Amino acid sequence: MSSLVKQSIKKALNDRQLTEAVLKSCLKSVNKRADTITELDDLEQSRQKARAVRERSINELDALHNSFKSSFTKAGGILHYADTALAASRIVTNILNERNLRSGVKSKSMVAEEIGLNKALIDAGIDAVESDLGEYIVQLAGETPSHITAPALHRSKESIGRLFSEKLGIEYTDDPHELTMVARRILRKRFVEAEFGISGANFLIAETGHVIVVENESNARLGASLPKVFIAVTGIEKVLPNLVDAAPILDLLPRSATGQRASAYVNFLLPNKSKSADSQEFHLVLVDNGRSRALKDPLMREMLLCIRCGACLNICPVYRSVGGHAYRSVYPGPMGAVLSNMLGERTMIHQELPFLSTLCGVCKEICPIGIDIPRMLLELRSRADKPAIEKMAASVWEWTMSSHTRLEMAAQGVKLFSGLLLVSGVLENKSSFRKEVSRP
Amino acid sequence: MKISLFIPCLVDQAAPETAKATVTLLERLGHEVHYDIRQTCCGQAPFNAGFRDEALTLAEKFIKLFSNSEIIVAPSGSCVSMVVNHYQELNLSTDLNDDWLELKTRVFELTSFLVDKLQLSDVGANFPHKVTYHASCHLLRDLGVKDQPLKLLKNVKDLQLIEGDWGDECCGYGGAFSAKYSDLSNRIADRRAENLAAGGAEFITGADDSCLMNLREAFKRIGKPQQTIHIARILASTNGEL
Repeated sequence: MSSLVKQSIKKALNDRQLTEAVLKSCLKSVNKRADTITELDDLEQSRQKARAVRERSINELDALHNSFKSSFTKAGGILHYADTALAASRIVTNILNERNLRSGVKSKSMVAEEIGLNKALIDAGIDAVESDLGEYIVQLAGETPSHITAPALHRSKESIGRLFSEKLGIEYTDDPHELTMVARRILRKRFVEAEFGISGANFLIAETGHVIVVENESNARLGASLPKVFIAVTGIEKVLPNLVDAAPILDLLPRSATGQRASAYVNFLLPNKSKSADSQEFHLVLVDNGRSRALKDPLMREMLLCIRCGACLNICPVYRSVGGHAYRSVYPGPMGAVLSNMLGERTMIHQELPFLSTLCGVCKEICPIGIDIPRMLLELRSRADKPAIEKMAASVWEWTMSSHTRLEMAAQGVKLFSGLLLVSGVLENKSSFRKEVSRP
Repeated sequence: MKISLFIPCLVDQAAPETAKATVTLLERLGHEVHYDIRQTCCGQAPFNAGFRDEALTLAEKFIKLFSNSEIIVAPSGSCVSMVVNHYQELNLSTDLNDDWLELKTRVFELTSFLVDKLQLSDVGANFPHKVTYHASCHLLRDLGVKDQPLKLLKNVKDLQLIEGDWGDECCGYGGAFSAKYSDLSNRIADRRAENLAAGGAEFITGADDSCLMNLREAFKRIGKPQQTIHIARILASTNGEL
């Protein structure tokens, strides 16, 4: 029986529309990145600076949280902690249920995907429309994001045209501008009527209490400012010491992600202090879901430095061949193969993902923080529950290779067997080097 | 110089001509080449598959076998990277770890040995063909050997080096990956082969036979005439023949 991951890889490889769309988008992002990242005076120095900030974040996480809590709540925000994915989505649905809010807008958040928020909202009878264009497309199609920054990257403009025509009853067009305008008209109305807004958050600033949301479409900004209730959801590891420290990271993030010098909108959100009746409620849900556990794991905690730019997905030979859905995990690609094994429950699928890599190392090379993803993939391979047949093969290999005479005997055996295959020209009949040098 | 050859098991069994070319080249350059027949696998195969205890057995064997060698040279970036970069992730005993720390400074991949250690760029080779270089991932990214092979190729008499903007994408091999996810591995390999073939070279060369064999199959699948050949064989050739 082939694994679920293998089945979805097969499906992806046979989907020409998908493979072409994925490869095209990945190459475009990687090329644009190469153009803008080289503008930095000293890329290596920028990376080291950004990494130092992230390291300080996770090394001093408790202290930074205390500081953030004090500044955020002083500013009027309401802070929630959730240990698990389930607890996190319950906090959000409870906030909405208690206030009887039924309809709102949501902007992009991978942590929301991680905690299964969309399903929890549907189950609670709450209608939250995705307001990021890519997420809107994915929601309309009943899919999940296939990329952490470009959720609909697996779809061509033609397939989006067909989707819009089918679901929205419009005349078919594959003109990206027209399609965008269709979504925009629908979403504008939803923004105005929204009872609540939900968003992710890229970073939190301990010193000032700011919640930073990086985006390109201004939908997060609208969703955070128009509704009376706003809820941001993010991971506990996203806190940075102060605003100055955010600078090197905000410089590298858009260049690494999409090749932009800066994202179109970098929102520094603060709760509204005034206690007037019409002032907004600003909630922030901090999700642990395995992060504290990962922090205590010296070989895996490096993954918590990740700033979610998605560059490792774009450049990965595996990701760009099959796209994100093939990984069958919320976080796909190289970073996803590692992160999926640290968050929530570790499933058989998660354990297989570290093997879905050629170990080419290009993810580490492109990472703006220099995270050693291949090292962690190898570590996770060693920790994975492996099939009995592989265990046996490893033992046989160890036994054979422990002695050169056994190696020679095994090679002879293989060669006798492969002699049968020679007829078909599958194998070349070769003598080994050791046999040649040991000839008299 | 007294050189101990480290011939990875895959080269020994599946590409002995690479090993022979390495000997020819190093001897032509005036070095004394030794090959200890007791060597087997460096441990990379079980290590990459997630079997560290099994890898440790082979790492211990490797360290003991080579600890008295003056210089160790291998025609493979991948296996050298295993020895140099990954033995530390195995649970080596303190004594063996000390031996390894001392040993790893003396283990070289062939092209890096020629250029960095021997300070050579022209090894006296002659190979009148159009050649494109494929950088194997572990050599390029784990060992940081990038320009050395190109420098050597540029100084081969009558060799026409075809360089292009095809980047350094992986060939899709990845050891057990290519068996576990063979369709996907082939897709990556075919894409890489298409790119490399675009320059119109007769030969695609590189410093790792594993990747070159994977590409060889890809060229066959996509119906391109390019042949793959280890860089040691080009550098060993003085008359344009293999």
